[in-house]
Amino acid sequence: MTVGLFIPCYVNQFYPQAAIATLQLLQKLGVGVVYPPKQTCCGQPMANSGFEHLTKECNDLFMENFARFDYIVAPSASCVLHIRDHLHSADDPAQADSIRSKTYELVEFLTDVLNIDNLKAWFPHKVGLHQSCHGLRGLHLAQMSELNALPFSKPVRLLNMVDGLELVDLDRPDDCCGFGGTFCVAEEAVSVKMGKDRVQDHQRNGADYITSVDLSCLMHLEGILQRNRSGLKALHIAEILNSTR
Amino acid sequence: MEKALKDHAALAEEFIKDEERVDWHDGALWWIRQKRDIAAKNIPEWEALREAASQIKSNVLSNLHDYLLEFEANAQKNGITVHWAADAEEHNAIVYSILKAKDINQLVKSKSMLTEECHLNEYLIERGVDVINSDLGEYIQQLDNEPPSHIVLPCIHKRKEEIGAIFHEHLGTEKGVSDPTTLTRFARRHLRNVFVTRRAALTGVNFAVAETGEYVVCTNEGNADMGAHLSEVQISSMGIEKIIPKKKHLGVFLRLLARSATGQPITIYSSHFKKPRQGQEMHLILVDYGRSRQLGRPDFRDSLKCIRCGACMNTCPVYRKSGGLSYHNTISGPIGAILAPNLDMRKHADLPFASTLCGSCSNVCPVKINIHEQLYKWRQVIVQEGYAANTKVMGIKAMAWTLSSPASYARIGKAGRWVLNNIPFAVNNKFNPWYKQREMPDGSKGSFGEWYAKNGRNEEEGKQPETTQTPDVPLTDKHHER
Repeated sequence: MTVGLFIPCYVNQFYPQAAIATLQLLQKLGVGVVYPPKQTCCGQPMANSGFEHLTKECNDLFMENFARFDYIVAPSASCVLHIRDHLHSADDPAQADSIRSKTYELVEFLTDVLNIDNLKAWFPHKVGLHQSCHGLRGLHLAQMSELNALPFSKPVRLLNMVDGLELVDLDRPDDCCGFGGTFCVAEEAVSVKMGKDRVQDHQRNGADYITSVDLSCLMHLEGILQRNRSGLKALHIAEILNSTR
Repeated sequence: MEKALKDHAALAEEFIKDEERVDWHDGALWWIRQKRDIAAKNIPEWEALREAASQIKSNVLSNLHDYLLEFEANAQKNGITVHWAADAEEHNAIVYSILKAKDINQLVKSKSMLTEECHLNEYLIERGVDVINSDLGEYIQQLDNEPPSHIVLPCIHKRKEEIGAIFHEHLGTEKGVSDPTTLTRFARRHLRNVFVTRRAALTGVNFAVAETGEYVVCTNEGNADMGAHLSEVQISSMGIEKIIPKKKHLGVFLRLLARSATGQPITIYSSHFKKPRQGQEMHLILVDYGRSRQLGRPDFRDSLKCIRCGACMNTCPVYRKSGGLSYHNTISGPIGAILAPNLDMRKHADLPFASTLCGSCSNVCPVKINIHEQLYKWRQVIVQEGYAANTKVMGIKAMAWTLSSPASYARIGKAGRWVLNNIPFAVNNKFNPWYKQREMPDGSKGSFGEWYAKNGRNEEEGKQPETTQTPDVPLTDKHHER
């Protein structure tokens, strides 16, 4: 099995350590991983802004880079959801279908494909899990608080395998952080207010770290934390799962 | 109306300046969302009820023509005069003509978002007809000359002290009195007199039953009944999508409506109106006002399933932080943002973008409207129809071009990081909305692509680094939970 490592554009540029952790974690678990260097972006920033019609080149490029792999794995629920929902090709619809169905977010790949039930990881801190909306309501990584349905959580299951890690309960376990792609600048006031309130939920409940399956949420929350010189830190879940003594 | 010149982002920014109010507004709505969750989770068949309601509404939308005619025939048999209005103007003219024929110049009106959409009050007042809203929240909004900010909780954005001041100014209550019970009692005394003296009453309609020609109006205050029972002329206005096929379907919708709206098992009053009392006239106005156009849009027709519970507003983090008036449309929040562009795409082009697409709205919706997916689709339509701001078009085109080529992306990514590191003031300034209240991400570490070119290749397929442990997990191809 060979996995194509899909590192979203902003992760590549600003959060290389999360990408490295993803690569190392998969390798530790015995997976052969290849990073196709000519990848750029899934096209979500355009599509969510109403410009899905401009994403053809991104789609074609994505297919060119990733068609050959057994699985495609990314440390970003949002980008994976975009591929799942919106990757299309007029020239090769069957290939697009295949790529959509074999693209996985890291946590769901570890849970549903690798079926891992233990991890050699150590992270002796209090951690709050910020549910990315696209991971939660798009990829169903956990049960959604709105539904009358049985609870489960793939990220919590993994985090519970980490030695020393203490998960803190939040008052609003799945409220949105307010990033929302271009929303974060187009609706700056609302976006920041939402982010401040997410941060406060973690602070109030004694977290040292906010983690998430999406760095876009974390980039936004980290920007707010740093502006306010908070001691609370934002860290992608791959970095926690890849932490050792 | 002049407020419509500002878009959602600008109006929201104004609302957010009073952060204490936002926190309180957000908390009040979240509390209602929690009450809704408890109510929904107390019914084991909740999700099945939602599905049933959604399917009944699908059937209604696919057979709307037939159900409307069936309803009209049965309502007429019951002695109700049925009118058809294509738009707001026709609706308002019908109401006025009914009143004029009876020489009536005073109307009491219970909550009806449709008449708010039609701006009925302004229309009648211009023609010398006095209108009083009898729903307490709507009454307060009317006194303050503001539209409702929430379809179920019209003045949820107002503090009790502000309401006390409005009562003092308009109704002569003692200055400084803000106790809700005292104010409510005062309003009740005032409204009792209105109910007794008004000859005509107008109500909205929650559900109209095709099979029987009756309709149901849900209130918590009993104000619709109070007006209707004392009136000589009863008028009810309904959007054509409010039809349900059979009386038994009420059992599905009434169980969902109040639980979704406020967490109550049922509204205090679910009043069935079927035929006029002796000597009373009953009129029912079936209003299209854009609904058949929306029905013709395959991606958006399901928005017509809405039963106006307001659950999507209560759960929406954008709504909670920005207030209903920032949506500059009678129906605010997520559902308003998918209904409004159908009425006026240019005026409401901003609304589908006033969302993070978090999807919570779709999950609480009792008729399972895919609200957040429709928001995404409206964005595509609005851009294609040319209603996106020019600056945005340029920016996105540049982004699409950059990301379409690996070489330009690598170059620009590098340039972006170089700018962040070396001349941060180029981006850390007031023209960068990100930087206003957030630090920029750290661009000093180099990209993963660069790291991988140096360190990664030796870690590729088959060549496992020494630190790697052998996995004790089977590598299977299971696809769960898809």
